[in-house]
Amino acid sequence: MEKFLKSKAAGFVLPFVATILLFVVWELIVLIFKIPPFNLPAPSKIFQAMVNFGPQLTVNTLRTLWTTLIGFILAVGVGVVLGFLIGYSKVAYLTLYPLLVAFNTIPKAAIVPLLAIWFGANAIPATLTAFLLAFFPIAVNVALGLDTVEPEMKDVLRSLGASQIETFQKVGWPHSLPYIFASLKIAASFAFIGAVISESIASNAGLGYLIVQATSSFDIPLAFAALLVLALMGVTLYGFFVFVEKKVIYWAR
Amino acid sequence: MILFCHHMVQPFTNSITPEPAASGSQPLLEFDQVGLEYPFEGAIRRIIQEMNLSIQPGEFISFVGPSGCGKTSVLRMVSGLNPAPIGEIRCRGQRISQPLKNVGMAFQNPVMLPWRNTLNNVLLPLEIVQPYKNNFRQKKAEFIHMAQDLLSTVRLQDFQKQYPWQLSGGMRQRASLCRALIHQPEILLLDEPFGALDAFTREEMWVMLQALWMRVKCVSILITHDLREAVFLSDKVYVMSSRPSSIIYETQIDLPRPRTLEMELSDEFHHYFSTIRRHIQH
Repeated sequence: MEKFLKSKAAGFVLPFVATILLFVVWELIVLIFKIPPFNLPAPSKIFQAMVNFGPQLTVNTLRTLWTTLIGFILAVGVGVVLGFLIGYSKVAYLTLYPLLVAFNTIPKAAIVPLLAIWFGANAIPATLTAFLLAFFPIAVNVALGLDTVEPEMKDVLRSLGASQIETFQKVGWPHSLPYIFASLKIAASFAFIGAVISESIASNAGLGYLIVQATSSFDIPLAFAALLVLALMGVTLYGFFVFVEKKVIYWAR
Repeated sequence: MILFCHHMVQPFTNSITPEPAASGSQPLLEFDQVGLEYPFEGAIRRIIQEMNLSIQPGEFISFVGPSGCGKTSVLRMVSGLNPAPIGEIRCRGQRISQPLKNVGMAFQNPVMLPWRNTLNNVLLPLEIVQPYKNNFRQKKAEFIHMAQDLLSTVRLQDFQKQYPWQLSGGMRQRASLCRALIHQPEILLLDEPFGALDAFTREEMWVMLQALWMRVKCVSILITHDLREAVFLSDKVYVMSSRPSSIIYETQIDLPRPRTLEMELSDEFHHYFSTIRRHIQH
């Protein structure tokens, strides 16, 4: 057992087994208590819906995927730049930080109707909401990464006459990488949440839109199928960053 | 560059002894009525007052004194990271008002970059300091050789490829000393570099630091709590009083170099130690 837990396979096998178990228990509960599908569909019904509505699901999944990814990429760009500004410039820190915190407390669902008025009920509000939800943790973590460079290291660099750019390149950037990856993993799921919120409020396509459509026509298995796809995409993106992180931050044990 | 290599290959012999204040030579560092104040609870507190001293090229000096007497502040003033607010410190006659470019530093915490192996950690200053920076690519092989040379002086030649987390505290401190010296600084500033090490490792470190220093012969300023360490390594020991602190005693240590750990047991060594000890107030 001990040996298995330390092996690489454990990280895949255990969650897989847990998911299967969850589905089995779920299926049994629905069977035993005779829960109608429009309250809680059994996993078998959900998978069936996945097959039946295959083309519809695929189209909307792709839509959600690309809006999320574009929003996320925007968030990484803006978040990293903002983080560096806040981390390196006292002026930027004092001016921007309170504004960012204030902005972050605004519920993004409340902004979506506005975005829809400005840009129409299309992919743009979804992309923007994904961006708005995801950039904040990235900016904060980059700033944190720069801020936590040991004071002695800063002294060493200053006494060598290193420029701000050199300090960033040699120490600040690599030092913030672990923080950046931590934030990317959080931000990836935030981006999905943002896109789906927006799609369910004002959109013409996407998984959020599909879920709202399905529930309003009492096609609950389809709504669950969409949720399942969302969860799968979230886990996949998370796993991707864990993989890249291991390659990039090779020095961490 | 040529100058550097000349230094580096200088044979490691007993004949290299510090030349204290050859008559007429200009001191490298001069403290002129240096003071430091700090606002604290509405009042201004004097931390350091009227420090006057001069340090000759190639001299190894130590500051000892009770804790909180502002020893670390002295180093920060010399480095120019926090220039002296009262009086002035001069380097080659020039007032130090901004960070000096040609100093090496080592602290109690041997900060190394975790993403670089030992060799690349030692090479870091050469990527930043002129003239090395400009020809870092062309002369990389030569620079690596210089780094390996220093690393073997502190017996780390077999740990070049290791990452910091694979090294012990003492090894990391030795590597950080090499990093502090690789760019041939004129001044080496040591802020309790061995404070976190156990007694045996510390003594081993003294010997290695001495060996390193005897190769490069830069001015070294050591801050320490350990009087034996000060006596073992220094040409001159300055004792600071408690706050507001000033220099209350100074003594020249005339033990031959290279000093050995056996010398610690000699009467002469003990004499220096006990005289300094008597001047430390609590």
